[in-house]
Amino acid sequence: MSTTIRDTVDADAPQFYCTEEPHPENGTLLGFWIYLMSDCFIFASLFACYAVLGTRYAEGPSPREVFDLPMLAVNTALLLLSSVTFGFAMLAMAKDRRGATLAWLAVAGVCAAGFVGLEVREFAHMIAAGAGPDRSAFLSSFFTLVGTHGLHVTVGILWLATLMVQVARHGLDETNRRRLSCLSMFWHFLDLIWVGVFSFVYLVGVLR
Amino acid sequence: MTPHRSAFLHFLLGRLTLSAIPYDNPIIVWTFVVVAALGAALLATITYHRLWGHLWREWFTSIDHKRIGIMYLVLAIVMLLRGFADAVMMRTQQAIAFGGDLGYLPPHHYDQIFTAHGSIMIFFVAMPLIVGLMNYVMPMQIGARDVAFPFLNNFSFWMTVAGAVLFMLSLFIGDFARTGWLGYPPVSELRQSPGVGVDYYIWGLQIAGVGTLLSGINMVVTILKMRAPGMTLMRMPVFTWAALCSNALIVAAFPILTAALALLALDRYVGTHFFTSSLGGNVMMYINLIWIWGHPEVYILILPMFGVYSEVVATFSGKRLFGYSSMVYATVAIMILSYLVWLHHFFTMGSGADVNSFFALTTMIISIPTGVKIFNWLFTMYRGRVRYDVPMLWTIGFLFTFTIGGMTGVMLSVAPADFMLHNSLFVVAHFHNVIIGGVVFGAFAAINYWFPKAFGFRLDPFWGKVSFWFWLIGFWVAFTPLYVLGLMGVTRRLSHFTDPRLQIWFQIAAVGSVLIFLGILAFLVQVYVSIRRRDALRDATGDPWNGRTLEWSTSSPPPAYNFAFTPLVHDRDAWTDMKRRGFVRPASGFQPIHLPKNTGAGVVLGALSLFCGFGLVWHIWWLAGAAFVGIIAVAIGNSFDTHRDRHVPAEEVDRVEREYRRRLAAQASAP
Repeated sequence: MSTTIRDTVDADAPQFYCTEEPHPENGTLLGFWIYLMSDCFIFASLFACYAVLGTRYAEGPSPREVFDLPMLAVNTALLLLSSVTFGFAMLAMAKDRRGATLAWLAVAGVCAAGFVGLEVREFAHMIAAGAGPDRSAFLSSFFTLVGTHGLHVTVGILWLATLMVQVARHGLDETNRRRLSCLSMFWHFLDLIWVGVFSFVYLVGVLR
Repeated sequence: MTPHRSAFLHFLLGRLTLSAIPYDNPIIVWTFVVVAALGAALLATITYHRLWGHLWREWFTSIDHKRIGIMYLVLAIVMLLRGFADAVMMRTQQAIAFGGDLGYLPPHHYDQIFTAHGSIMIFFVAMPLIVGLMNYVMPMQIGARDVAFPFLNNFSFWMTVAGAVLFMLSLFIGDFARTGWLGYPPVSELRQSPGVGVDYYIWGLQIAGVGTLLSGINMVVTILKMRAPGMTLMRMPVFTWAALCSNALIVAAFPILTAALALLALDRYVGTHFFTSSLGGNVMMYINLIWIWGHPEVYILILPMFGVYSEVVATFSGKRLFGYSSMVYATVAIMILSYLVWLHHFFTMGSGADVNSFFALTTMIISIPTGVKIFNWLFTMYRGRVRYDVPMLWTIGFLFTFTIGGMTGVMLSVAPADFMLHNSLFVVAHFHNVIIGGVVFGAFAAINYWFPKAFGFRLDPFWGKVSFWFWLIGFWVAFTPLYVLGLMGVTRRLSHFTDPRLQIWFQIAAVGSVLIFLGILAFLVQVYVSIRRRDALRDATGDPWNGRTLEWSTSSPPPAYNFAFTPLVHDRDAWTDMKRRGFVRPASGFQPIHLPKNTGAGVVLGALSLFCGFGLVWHIWWLAGAAFVGIIAVAIGNSFDTHRDRHVPAEEVDRVEREYRRRLAAQASAP
């Protein structure tokens, strides 16, 4: 029945379909990158809130009174170390060394857990000292900005643990490599946000 | 909360008590009776016809972008009925509540109704309409088999449903926000709104917002990565361009809504002071944030519809779209400018002449690319062979209505004038003018245009025309009086008036809402009649309108894999190009096609989110916590499932394609 249609073929007509199945590039990395940009907007909103409300002490404590810079130095060092060691894990992955990848991931995870632990300790101290998020708009925006970052790191640790199980189970296959690349972007993104928090919230705060 | 409640009961149910059920309000009781009766009838019908298995396997768990698109549209139409019921109640109240007559709605109920009307119409009618349309049409327009992340697509849909269900629950358990559709503080703060209404609002939107954001990312990646070979950016159909810009705006705007609502939630749950009137909080911070999302949002809604009109005008004028490049650049310009106008929603904030001038100017400038589009559509029709089918009628109705709505928008952009018109019914008339005249008319044009693609038969044109005329006339009868009242200085959101001279205008507006009701009814009749007459309205070709873009090159409805072979694109309007140069449907050489498998994970995650939201609203912490842990556990568990592919065997593709060619040949040889 298709022969009647076939008679009308124009010899010069170009090809209108692919006879071989094209393989579109996997979009996961681009998609995840776009997700990070959208996350960036959440942080942008929180930074904007801090910029507007960060000086509204409501006769409560000011940054100089509540920020503990030496502890912050340790905290920041831990997060940066975690970022570097995650980089080493990715290098090990590129060399196809599963054991080394897992080991570096574990180091990165422990550093990040230390970061979250210190942050929780800082928050607990502040709340105990009467400088909780309900004390003033400054403290509300401080806890929310820093806490949202900490929440992201916590989710990252959970994700890291899941991926370690998957790498241990299935090795460095294509899926796991893609997932590790996404987590890597997430990890370094959080580092970048922390640089903003560190400079804009803590350093500017104690200079006020 | 009663003080004698036991600690255990309080742990179990939070602040949920029997008194939360509004059984003493006859309006809600009757609504409940009607909804319950209709719901029971629907469930009974599905059970009687043994459709549950089919629905679950073929629809709810489907990751086919076409089915998800249709489900989004069904959700939108169901919620349209709810949102419109609210509108009719408001119009009735305002038509009678004058002087000694207080009407039939007490203020606290009236306030919930206008809040629910606004938020439902935007989040659960307009958004599902555009997301559904983009889901259905866009992948086929770019020659793709599905979206980039098919499972995510299904998940996004169920998150939207979970948000909608939470909104609907507030009707029968507890109450809804009385704050207006954007939940402005300080009235939405705990002190002024201690009940559950604002919490329903926050969590419904947060849950649905996750779905919207993920769907936005999904579509952007789909458009950037999955176009058929040869389809360069400047060969994409204009609807796809509009979808790209709209979804880019979703990615850039929705996180800000998420942040603003999260901060409001912290104020209400943790006791922070972001937007309170004490301890340093700043109300205008919320209003800025919400409008930095809110203004792009209206362009998120209208841009895809601009795409729809572009497709419809070109098809029904039998011509290439006039000024394709200028249309693309105008769309991109609107996308960027839409981010720079938010402050025009509150010129009265008092930010000074410089700031107000900036935002007034950007607002006026945005009308230029929009004007370019209007002229492009008009010039496309010029010297075309215009066919006045139903989609084209909606488009012409749009050109007329939207242009006037745009002009009243420019009036409002003049900051000094806005000081007079702020919060008046003039504003209400303006945004209904652009949203009904732009988004709703576009949705009906799109549904009439693509329905035969989705179901294999056209919608009945007679009832389509009836629906169109009732809507068009009804719109003008309902909203012209509001322009007049707004110019007289009548403010919005009032449930009672004292000046009897105003009453006639509200009565005219109520008549308009009845006409719109008939328009909606005619649309439902149109669907019903079309299903009954489907054999007479059947379209065997897959191309009933002599379409121009790739979705019309498939059968109607298209097979699950869309295209047996991925198309190779040589020109804009790829399907017109193929038809003109003698495309021949391939009859051999089929290969197995790889598709992802269906999964129930999206339904489960949506249901868990609903429980989590309900627990948070009622302070049932164990429920919220357990559901949240469940969400994480299911998400992690799902990532261990690596067998997600299936293959459509080559023989199956061959059989489906042969059947389609047989129908085409039968149609061609028919007298």
